[in-house]
Amino acid sequence: MWYFVCPEVVFGEDALSRLAELPGKSAFIVTDKNMVKLGLVDRVKEQLAQAEIVTDHVFDEVEPDPSLETVRKGSAMMRRSEPDWVVAVGGGSVMDAAKAMRVEYVRPDMPAEEINPFSLGLDLGSRCKLVCVSTTSGTGAEATWAIVLTDTQTETKLGLGSRDVLADIAIVDPALAASMPPQVTADTGMDVLTHGVEGFTSTFKNDISDGLCIRAIQLVFQYLPRAVANGDDMEAREKMHNAACIAGLGFGNSMAALAHSLGHALGTVFHIPHGRAVGLFLPYAIEFIGEGREELWAEIAYAIKQEVPDGSKAVPVLNRALRGLAGSIKQPLSIAEAGVPADQFDRAMSKLIDNAVADSQLVSTLRVPGEAETEKLFRYAYEGKSIDF
Amino acid sequence: MSLVIGTQEWADAAMQELNSSQIYKEAAKNWEGDMYVIIEPDATFKHRIIGYFDLWHGDCRSASVVKDESEKSPQYTISGSYPIMKQLLEKKLDPVKAMITGKLKVKGNMGQIMRMPRAALEFTNCVSKVDAVFPE
Repeated sequence: MWYFVCPEVVFGEDALSRLAELPGKSAFIVTDKNMVKLGLVDRVKEQLAQAEIVTDHVFDEVEPDPSLETVRKGSAMMRRSEPDWVVAVGGGSVMDAAKAMRVEYVRPDMPAEEINPFSLGLDLGSRCKLVCVSTTSGTGAEATWAIVLTDTQTETKLGLGSRDVLADIAIVDPALAASMPPQVTADTGMDVLTHGVEGFTSTFKNDISDGLCIRAIQLVFQYLPRAVANGDDMEAREKMHNAACIAGLGFGNSMAALAHSLGHALGTVFHIPHGRAVGLFLPYAIEFIGEGREELWAEIAYAIKQEVPDGSKAVPVLNRALRGLAGSIKQPLSIAEAGVPADQFDRAMSKLIDNAVADSQLVSTLRVPGEAETEKLFRYAYEGKSIDF
Repeated sequence: MSLVIGTQEWADAAMQELNSSQIYKEAAKNWEGDMYVIIEPDATFKHRIIGYFDLWHGDCRSASVVKDESEKSPQYTISGSYPIMKQLLEKKLDPVKAMITGKLKVKGNMGQIMRMPRAALEFTNCVSKVDAVFPE
């Protein structure tokens, strides 16, 4: 038995106008300062005003890799505001923070760090519903029940989540992602790709999510280079925005895996954007898992029109395509290329290993590395060496 | 010869598996807290089995079978019906999936569990390695 859960997904041109149809009295907007500066929060407010929903309270302090402290601050403000809607306007960090804030607002007995998939029945929606308005084409957080927060005291990422925290409505309007600069488009696009590949090959993979993951991978290969090369290519923008949500629906119901564990560890310690970090590790994770998923690597290769010659293995074929795509959008192929100095990398190794082996995504990885193998994975990825162990 | 689940010999063997597993040691190296594993009876299985495991930083310090839950006050409890536990021990069911779908009930400090989900996974993997059968 397993579940497939998803919000109402409103996508395509003018999807934002769904906000003008919401019932209710007041909304609490969770966002970041950049969204305010870009005018996206004003556009959200205009739509909500048409529904006669009051938006007096905006929390715009969500930082990249949001901390437990930020969630506490937002939920405290939410309690004073008593909204019947939370509207998250931003990327994955904003949406994850908003999910956690709503939990702390409705269920003060459950601090964010204890949000877990085992204690269901939070009944959040009867008091306050959640809309996620995605402004990046990456995390798919608008469609998942995962929450990633940072414990700044221990410098670790907390992989939290519960089916109960899922947004009620996901708004996937390509116009909102049009302002992403090329670097962010590339970084977030690698996140989509990694979600698709890992969601399709994790130990929690399932028939319902498989097709979504494959479709997301296809869209990335077809449209990500175009979206990076020309931000005004609205067809590519729309397809990538859809791909992010599709991948979220896919991996959100089948989990991610090893590349995410390694990427979370590296990203937390060296502050590398999430998508860039997990995308960097994807080929190494595929090599490490190797033949345990041979038929699935071959399926992915087939889906992106890469031929695996008779008698050959799919891993090198697939990885050539993945690295080719990453290289074409100037993504680093090794940790060294990501700009991490060797001495700092060596000093951080113990922390990197601790973070990676404790990461929640390892529970759905087909081949789980021990500490010694995790160190080797990091060192090989630093140098850009193919995994041979 | 297979051990019988719910006997002290079975608990001892499970403790030995835990203490000899490098994977468990690494996954649970920051784990602090003892645990009940409870197999609930159903129409086809009349026994209620309560295993007690004292787990500390990757080691199992003691393991026993208790007759009554009130005998100890562990920080964590994992419980499930006989058919679910049977599937778990036969590795036909993923323990994390079982917890997420509510087939396995988990009680305790969720903050710690969410920081170390692999500890729970590897604990189950080790216990399921014991060559054991359910009592008649």
